[in-house]
Amino acid sequence: MEHIISVTVENKFGVLSRVAGLFSGRGFNIESLSVAPTLDPSMSQMTIVTSGDDRIIEQIVKHLNKLIDVIKVVDLNESEFVSRETALIKVHTKAEDRAEALRIADIFRANVIDSTPATYTIEVTGDPRKIEAIINLLQPLGIKELTRTGRVAVAREPIRASAVQPKKVARE
Amino acid sequence: MKLNGSEILIECLKREGVKTIFALPGGVVLKIFDMLYQQKDLQVILTRHEQGAGHMAEGYAKATGKAGVCLVTSGPGMTNVITALADAYMDSVPLVCFSGQVPTSLIGNDAFQEADNIGLSRPCTKYNFLVKDVNDLAMTIKEAFYIATTGRPGPVLVDIPKDVSMATTEFVYPNSVSIRGYNPTYDGNKWQIKQAAEAIMKAKKPILYVGGGVVFSGASAELIELAELTQIPVDMTLMGLGAFPGEHQLSLGMLGMHGTYQANMAMHYSDLVIAIGARFDDRVTGKVSEFCPHAKVIHVDIDPTSIRKNIHVDIPIVGDCKTVLRELNQILRASVNGEQKELRKPWWKQIREWEAAHPLSYQQDVDGPIKPQYVVKRLYELTKDRDPIVATDVGQHQMWAAQYFKLAKPNRWLTSGGLGTMGFGFPAAMGAQAAFPGRLVLCIAGDGSIQMNMQEMATAVVSKLPVKIIILNNRFHGMVRQWQDLFYQGRYASSDLENTPDFVKLAEAYGAVGLRANKVGDLDAVLKEAIAVNGPVVVDVPTYRFENVYPMIPAGGCNHEMILEDPPELKDKQAGAKKVTPDGNDTVLTA
Repeated sequence: MEHIISVTVENKFGVLSRVAGLFSGRGFNIESLSVAPTLDPSMSQMTIVTSGDDRIIEQIVKHLNKLIDVIKVVDLNESEFVSRETALIKVHTKAEDRAEALRIADIFRANVIDSTPATYTIEVTGDPRKIEAIINLLQPLGIKELTRTGRVAVAREPIRASAVQPKKVARE
Repeated sequence: MKLNGSEILIECLKREGVKTIFALPGGVVLKIFDMLYQQKDLQVILTRHEQGAGHMAEGYAKATGKAGVCLVTSGPGMTNVITALADAYMDSVPLVCFSGQVPTSLIGNDAFQEADNIGLSRPCTKYNFLVKDVNDLAMTIKEAFYIATTGRPGPVLVDIPKDVSMATTEFVYPNSVSIRGYNPTYDGNKWQIKQAAEAIMKAKKPILYVGGGVVFSGASAELIELAELTQIPVDMTLMGLGAFPGEHQLSLGMLGMHGTYQANMAMHYSDLVIAIGARFDDRVTGKVSEFCPHAKVIHVDIDPTSIRKNIHVDIPIVGDCKTVLRELNQILRASVNGEQKELRKPWWKQIREWEAAHPLSYQQDVDGPIKPQYVVKRLYELTKDRDPIVATDVGQHQMWAAQYFKLAKPNRWLTSGGLGTMGFGFPAAMGAQAAFPGRLVLCIAGDGSIQMNMQEMATAVVSKLPVKIIILNNRFHGMVRQWQDLFYQGRYASSDLENTPDFVKLAEAYGAVGLRANKVGDLDAVLKEAIAVNGPVVVDVPTYRFENVYPMIPAGGCNHEMILEDPPELKDKQAGAKKVTPDGNDTVLTA
């Protein structure tokens, strides 16, 4: 089963290779991995999409926790979460296809972020099924290049907690 | 106080309580060696190969329980020590290895003797550091020792570029260390411990399965108390030998692939396995799906990843063996009564029957070739009063040593378990000898293994480390030959060494003492002579070439299905090789 694991790590050199090395060395799967600094610049946030049965996922979580540069590990599948992925799709557009490309982008609330006489570059964000769907529709026009970020995810706040008026935080 | 990086390194080592380091110099660590040369507090043992330095540090660590320290140069120095790091990582040995690195300005330039030390050592160390700024050096060393010795111990590498070892800064020794991503759990969950105690009280056929974790956490006294209190039999892993006295009436000896019959049968038929500081290695579990089919499993380990890695665990307890056992004993002391003893009577009766049915055995004819088991047994009997430290290499001799050398106390057993590193024993013995110059340190080796780090004999002679090496010489890679006999129809592909060097002359060439026992009758005298020598000794014992280690569970087999002796076709085949003199006067000695 697919799991999304959110890992807070030290933001220093070599950490990514420690995490990647753990997965390759122990034969765990990585379907996607994205990483960027958090609000606190000394830490980075990784979102790892992996798969395996419960025993494997338990081992993955434990092994991640065992890494000295890992500060926190959350298996997001243990509760509700939201996840998104962004794709940048460069499509070949012959004159007669340009309107069709725009229509498809429109359906998916995607943006054209670069345009040349022969191509559009379309930016789309959503869950993986949505990304797959737009790719399928654009494919007949001819996809020249495609790049995807991999998923990022965050746990949903419990409903009751969010109903409470958030405390005002004064900071400047 | 302004110090250069090399002085800071030395100062930090002293403050960590290090007395001895095992080292081999090279271009980028010359400054460090120059500073070592100018001080008197640290003993530097110059090894002849970096792998030797690493294993010596391991031997030192296993015998003392403190971190072993080695120092190597960049490039080939680093690649040579990798085997020792990997060995230490598998066997949880606290080790701090310092490696030289090319100057920071040259890193990544393919400079002379450059290697990516961090990349190379990442999968075989608990953690590693590249120190890019001399101001970080003291803190890094403090963290390295802290990580190596706490939690589940392991090797830590500190890579020091040449310019960092030469740069000067104000030396401040950090008083404390705190790493936000690293907080090992020492205290077991109280509720879980209570569950464990209840399960122990109820069990009819419990078994203690103890490993190296008990040795490293210093929990032997607590283990003995637990076993005696509850009258539960004790199985030890290869790494756990010595954690519980081998001659204790509750000890069933080693379990696993070459474990005793009673140890493996007791595991298989138990209804409660109490695993303490052991990791359910494949050499213990055999076929996982049929491992301990009737048992509930309690697993105490400081490393959460060891729990439920291979085997389903019913009561997991993450914590230090010593702390957890203390707590467990406290509960049990209050609740144990005669009832348990009564409850387990049939269990003990069964175990004693197993013991009697298939004890460890071999046959030594007085005029026949020397049997390797007999050598280990005599060595044990002749030295046990001196409380020796015993190192082994890897292979048949290692298994015979594990079976017949019954250690009374922990930290006396230096062997390579997880990685199975041939060539480990001799340098490890030297490391232990360096820590305890007055103790008797034995190295039981095979003729194949000893040749993998024989060059360290020069170190032993020069550094006055009077290790006694006993070579069980069958001119084979014996364990490989055994598997070829059992599973490859006796095709000895590259296992027959045909000829080994004259170890007596070789020892003498190094300036050590070489002895040989050719006959059964000579053995005792030769062993006694070796022990009496004040210096390193090699005892070459040519043994029967085709002896096999039994019991044996074939890889992936079930624990209760042991091979107990040579299969008939093998016996027939080897009958020709066996030169028995049937003169009727043979006394048969058995273990």
